[in-house]
Amino acid sequence: MTSGLSALEVRGLTKRFDRPAVDALDLTVRVGEFYALLGPNGAGKTTTLRMVAGLLRPDAGSVSILGIDALTDPVAAKQVVAWVSDEPMIYDKLTPLEYLEFVAGLWGVDPRVSEGSAHDLLVSLGLEAHLNERCEGFSKGMRQKVALAGALVHEPRLIILDEPLTGLDALSARHVKGLLQERARAGCTVIMTTHILEVAERMADRIGVIAAGKLIAEGTLAELRQQNGRNDTSLEDMFIALVDTEAAAA
Amino acid sequence: MSSAGHLSWFVRHEFRLAWREWLAMMTGGRRRRNRAVIGLLIAAAILHLPAYAVVGRFADLRFPLDPSSLIVLSATIFLSWALMLSQAIESVTRVFYARADLDLIMSSPVKLTNIFSVRIAAIALSVTSMALLLSTPFVDVLVILGGARWLAGYGVVVAIGLSAAAVAIAITVFLFRLIGPSRTRLAAQIVSAVIGAGFVIALQIVAILSYGTLSRFAVLNSATAAHLAPGPNSLVWWPARAALGDLEVMLLLVAGGLVMLGMVMAVFAPRFADTVVSVAANPAATIRSRTRAFRIGSRQQALRWKEFLLLRRDPWLLSQSLMQMLYLVPPALMLWRSFSGSSTAIVLITPVIVMAAGQLAGGLAWLTISGEDAADLVATAPLPPSRVIRAKIEVVLIAIAAIFTPLITALAFASLRQAVVTAIAVVIATASAAAVQLWFRAQAKRSQFRRRQTSSRVATFAEAFCSIGWAATAALALTIPGAAIASGILTTMTLATAWKISPKKA
Repeated sequence: MTSGLSALEVRGLTKRFDRPAVDALDLTVRVGEFYALLGPNGAGKTTTLRMVAGLLRPDAGSVSILGIDALTDPVAAKQVVAWVSDEPMIYDKLTPLEYLEFVAGLWGVDPRVSEGSAHDLLVSLGLEAHLNERCEGFSKGMRQKVALAGALVHEPRLIILDEPLTGLDALSARHVKGLLQERARAGCTVIMTTHILEVAERMADRIGVIAAGKLIAEGTLAELRQQNGRNDTSLEDMFIALVDTEAAAA
Repeated sequence: MSSAGHLSWFVRHEFRLAWREWLAMMTGGRRRRNRAVIGLLIAAAILHLPAYAVVGRFADLRFPLDPSSLIVLSATIFLSWALMLSQAIESVTRVFYARADLDLIMSSPVKLTNIFSVRIAAIALSVTSMALLLSTPFVDVLVILGGARWLAGYGVVVAIGLSAAAVAIAITVFLFRLIGPSRTRLAAQIVSAVIGAGFVIALQIVAILSYGTLSRFAVLNSATAAHLAPGPNSLVWWPARAALGDLEVMLLLVAGGLVMLGMVMAVFAPRFADTVVSVAANPAATIRSRTRAFRIGSRQQALRWKEFLLLRRDPWLLSQSLMQMLYLVPPALMLWRSFSGSSTAIVLITPVIVMAAGQLAGGLAWLTISGEDAADLVATAPLPPSRVIRAKIEVVLIAIAAIFTPLITALAFASLRQAVVTAIAVVIATASAAAVQLWFRAQAKRSQFRRRQTSSRVATFAEAFCSIGWAATAALALTIPGAAIASGILTTMTLATAWKISPKKA
């Protein structure tokens, strides 16, 4: 695969805090792919994605987003990326529509386009009754949905989500998953971290497993099973086996 | 565990939390606490110098005093009480709305009346401790120069701290019953701000109307005040008598404070639980906005619009703006009077305006630059950080211009030169405050505004000294231009030092 076809190409990405959080990581995600990044707590998933989103400066390595060098031209890279963290950061004193108006304004989207899409996004996420209510009284799930709508309103080509389903009820989770799959079908690339392995199993085209800042396994579910030497095993079993092996090796 | 066991355990828990909170506030949450504590002790020792300058000459005062001195001393004690009351109202509001452990406590198998009695006592203790800390340099100076009888001053501080906490709890619970949980928070913030500033401002207004000066002491030292004052044995003078060393009166005042607090505990502790439950049941009133078309504009305009909207909807800012407006009432009144006379005291307006602008700009700059609730969103937006910062500083400048332009325009009709000097000083004070906030910025939630001053002591002092410095420079520019140059250089050096030691030399 050439780099021109990659939505994300990470080479030798390194970040140290007290210890190495991400250790010379190489990662390639193809355009239109739904990629799930798995790993135990503290494996370096969030640090990796924060570096890709431009929230954290790497100590070494390169990040290319749709052919744009994200470290030398971060503004151009950010134009095509959306980031959703596990802690929904929205403004309590704004309504969902006002929040989306602000996000669309920041990304320079024509208001005549963003107004309609903001409304449609919020409705599709089940927030129709709350469009003009200030977010201060919203539950965590509602806030997460507003944050997700904000990430999608500027039509990103790469969506990065860190634990997007945390705190969502079953119906809300279904709304979110449906919306993400719809975007992936439309050619958008989705990279998501999750601890809910069932979600990764069902939704992801490819899965990457990260431990101690390194990618220790990658592929489709079938490829991972093949690598693991057992065709009938679940992703959960494979994940635990991989992480245990890595921990034992360390 | 027995009920008594529960209670002593909870007292220990509250003390531990209060101690850690206080330590974090004093040390700014730094790990090197020993160094921070030594720094604080040195600062406390140095504070004895200004305390000496302020109260040193009063060390020989003894009861009975002349009426004017008695009035000034009593008014000063009353002002301290009002400030403590203001602080206590804030503390009570925090207990109602911001304590993360309320769910745990309410669901535990302990008697809530006891628990909330302890919490009321903790509020009184924290307010009184802070007051004792602040008053220590003054009392120390008086004890060293005037003898041990001034130690009674500590008793007065304890008495007024206890009574202020008791009244604060009563006011907040009353507000809560009167206007409900959703409005009490904002109302309490405004009441707290008005009480803190109201007494001084009222005295200044009377002084301007009666004597044409901004000095509140003109009222307190006036023959009218002396004529209206009650006799020397009146209860009104008890705090002053106690402060001057009347041990019996001091003990009575402390006993009175304890009785007030005990009564408040007995009456309100059982209702505290209901109040807290009501707050939890009504987390936030749903506020709806009208649907309107999305705005057309640049990315910076989007940022500015968001900042203005958030500032407009910020209850803290409303209460602070109200307080700044209150502080501006006396100079505005003086300005109005100066149109009908030729008072030279009008010069005093300039430092008040410059100081208010600097302080308000500091708060606004913190809210826009550091207080970003969606930091990740703004950081991942496709525009350079410099443009984000520029848009946020523009918001501060526009807000300050909107507030102070009318006053400076009115001043121009009285004295064009003074208006020009004031305008320049306001711009410089605003820019200095914004620069300090920029150099010392630390990402935080807007709701953490109250703690902004503990995140960096250097930033807090630099901001305050710059506001005072530019206010003094402006006043001197109008009266002694040569001295203004020296004052301006000193203030610039303060700013330069802040930049030099700042973590972000922006």
